Amino acid sequence: MPLVNGGKIADDSFVKLAVDTPLPESGDILVPAERFVGEAEVLLKRAGRVGVIWPNSRDIDELVPYLGKVAAVALVFPTFRDGRAYSQARLLRERYNYRGELRATGQILRDQFVFMLRAGFDSFEVKKQADAEAFMQTAKRYSVFYQPTGDGRITALHRRMQLRHSEGVGT
Amino acid sequence: MYAYDEIDRTLVNERVSEFRDQVKRRLSGELTEDEFKILRLQNGVYLQLHAYMFRVAIPYGTLATNQLRALAHVARKYDRGYGHFTTRQNIQFNWIKLAELPDALADLAKVGIHAMQTSGNNMRNVTSDQWAGVAPGEIEDPRIWSELIRQHTTLHPEFSFLPRKFKIAITASDHDRAAIKIHDIGLKLIKNEEGETGFEVLVGGGLGRTPFIGKTIKHFVHGRDILSYIEAILRVYNQYGRRDNIYKARIKILVHELGIEKFSREVEEEWQHIRNSSLQIDDEVIEDIRSRFTYPNYEKLPHMPDELRQATADADFEAWRKNSVSPHKVQGYSIVTISLKPIGAPPGDATAEQMDALADLADKYSFGEIRVGHEQNLALPHVAKRDLPALWKALDKLGLATPNVNLITDIIACPGLDYCSLANARSIPIAQELTRRFANHELANLIGRLHINISGCINACGHHHVGHIGILGVEKNGEEIYQITIGGRADEAAALGNLIGPGVKFDEVADVIEDVVEAYLALRERPEELFIDTVKRLGVEPFKERVYATR
Repeated sequence: MPLVNGGKIADDSFVKLAVDTPLPESGDILVPAERFVGEAEVLLKRAGRVGVIWPNSRDIDELVPYLGKVAAVALVFPTFRDGRAYSQARLLRERYNYRGELRATGQILRDQFVFMLRAGFDSFEVKKQADAEAFMQTAKRYSVFYQPTGDGRITALHRRMQLRHSEGVGT
Repeated sequence: MYAYDEIDRTLVNERVSEFRDQVKRRLSGELTEDEFKILRLQNGVYLQLHAYMFRVAIPYGTLATNQLRALAHVARKYDRGYGHFTTRQNIQFNWIKLAELPDALADLAKVGIHAMQTSGNNMRNVTSDQWAGVAPGEIEDPRIWSELIRQHTTLHPEFSFLPRKFKIAITASDHDRAAIKIHDIGLKLIKNEEGETGFEVLVGGGLGRTPFIGKTIKHFVHGRDILSYIEAILRVYNQYGRRDNIYKARIKILVHELGIEKFSREVEEEWQHIRNSSLQIDDEVIEDIRSRFTYPNYEKLPHMPDELRQATADADFEAWRKNSVSPHKVQGYSIVTISLKPIGAPPGDATAEQMDALADLADKYSFGEIRVGHEQNLALPHVAKRDLPALWKALDKLGLATPNVNLITDIIACPGLDYCSLANARSIPIAQELTRRFANHELANLIGRLHINISGCINACGHHHVGHIGILGVEKNGEEIYQITIGGRADEAAALGNLIGPGVKFDEVADVIEDVVEAYLALRERPEELFIDTVKRLGVEPFKERVYATR
C-alpha cells in the first residue's frame, strides 16, 4: 500500500507491530493502541520512533497524555464510509495541538483526500497506486471552503468579508 | 432571492468537475460499484428499479425563474420530459443516463443549482418554510440562517461520512410549515427577552421504521452560536451514533437510547470547547448573507382591488382562491400555492412545459420567484391581488389550478413500487384512485382540511406517520397490504398517527378511506371541527368500528 507523506509518495520508515510481535531492537515502530497503552514506558525508552494505531471506536482522550512523546498517530478508516476518524483527527489537531505525523489508514481513496487534509491528516496509506499518484492533483481540487477547520484555510464567509473591505478602501 | 457569488459558483463548478472524474473512473472500471455508490449518492444519484434517479437540491425551497427553466431543460434533454418534486425540497428525475449526468450537473451549475448531498450519509439539503420571507408574523426570514447552515454543511470535512443521513429544517413562524419536529435537528427562530435572535433547538425527530417526534435539547441558542451548537451535536453523533445496524443508526436512536438529558450533557460539554472558536458568527457575516437576499420592490396596493372584487362573482375562481391564496405580509399581495395534485395524476409531478410556463408566470406575476414546499406543491410568493384572476386563468390552462390545496386530494405520496427499489408496495396508484374518489370539489370542501400521506415502504418518504390519514404499504406473503393510521400531523403540534386496525388489501384502500371520512362526517361536532380534531377528541375506536364492522 503506497504511502503519501508531505504530498509525495514516500517510503514508510515505520514497521507495524501486532499485539504479540517481538519488539525489534531498533527502527521506527507503529503499535496498536492496546499494546501501546500497556507497554508505553518500555516502548518509549527504546531507540527509534514510536507511533500508535488508534481505533476509531476508542476514546481519543486516553491518548492525550502521550501526545508529546509519539512520533505518529495512525487513525483508522475500516471502510471509507465510516467517518469517525475525521472527528478524532480534528480533536487531536485543534483541541490537543498534536503536531506529529497524523496518518490515515484503512480504505483510503483519492476522493477523501480533501476532507482528510482539512481535518488535519498529513500522511496517507492509500489503497490504490493510481490514487496515490493522483494525490497532488486531487488535493488541489477545491479552492473554496465553507467551514473553518484547523488547517487554517480561509472560509468563503471570510473571503467575502475581505473582498468587501478591500473594495471599500478608497471609496 | 439569494444570489450566488463567484465564490459559491466556483465551488459548485469544482464539484461538477470532481464528479465528472468520478463517473469517468466508474465507467472505466477504476472504481468498483461499491466505491462509486457512496460518491454518486453524495451527488444525488441513486440506482433505482429501472434507471438512475437524479435528485437535485432546492435549498430552503426557493427557486429563481432561470433555475426553474434549467430544471425544465434537464427534464427535456436528459430525462423523459418531467420531474418529481419531493417532500424534501428536492426535484427528482427518474430516467437519467449515468454518462450524461456530469453534463446535466454542469447545465444546472450555470444557474447556481447543484445536487450536492441530496443523498448519502451526510448533511442533507437544509429545508425551510416555503413561505419564508413573506408569511405574516414570522420572526425574520429563516432563509438567511438556512443559507448560513447550507454553506456550513456543504462538503463538511468532518461530517461527510456520518452513521446515516442527517436532515435539518428551520422555521421562523409559530405555525410550522417546515415540519421541524420530524427532522434530525429542528430549529425554530425566536427572540429572547433582550430581543436577540436565536433558536429553540430540537433534536432526534424522524420517521421511518422507528418514528420519533423531536425533543427540545435547548430552549435558546444565540444566533452567533448556532453553527458551533450544530457542530457539537454532529460531533457527538459522529462518534457515538450506531454503525452496526443501518436501522438504528439515525440520531433519533442515539437520543432515545441515551435519553435527551444525557445526550444534551454530551453536547453541552462538546459545545463549551468550541463555542468561542472561529465557528462563532459575527453580525457582519450575517449581514453579508442578508444583503445577498433581494426582496421585491412592492407597490403600494389596495387591500381589495377592483379586478379581484369583480372576479369573486366567478364560483370556480372563488373555489380556487379559497384554498390556494394565502395572506402576505405586504398589503395588496398574496401567496399563491400551485397544486401539483391534479385528479388522477401522480402527486408532485410537473412537465418541462409546465415548469417553463410557470417560470414565465412567475416573471410576470411574482417578481421572478417560485417556492417548493414539502407538501409537493409549488408557490408563487409575491402575487399582487389585482393579478389573481389573470394568474388563475393562466394556471388553469396549464392544468395547474386544481382547487384542492389542503383538501383530501392534496395527497403526499412517495414514488413507491412504480419507481423505487426500496418500496414494497405501490403508492401512486393509491393516490390516483383516492383523488378520483374525492374528485367532487363540493364533497372535498365539505370535508375540509385533511392530509393523506402515503408511503410504499417502512422508510416513510411519504411521511405516512404524520398524515392526518396515513397509508403505509407493506408486503405480506407476496401481497401488498396497507396499514392505515389516523391522527398524525407534521405541524407545530406534530404527532404520530395511530393504527386503526389490521392492514387491508390494495383494492380495499380507497373504500376504507371513504369509510373513515364518512365516520368523521357523522362524528364531527360541527362543520368547523377538522378531521384531525375529531380524531383527537374521540381517539381511534369509533373509526375502527366503522371500518371493520362490515369487513
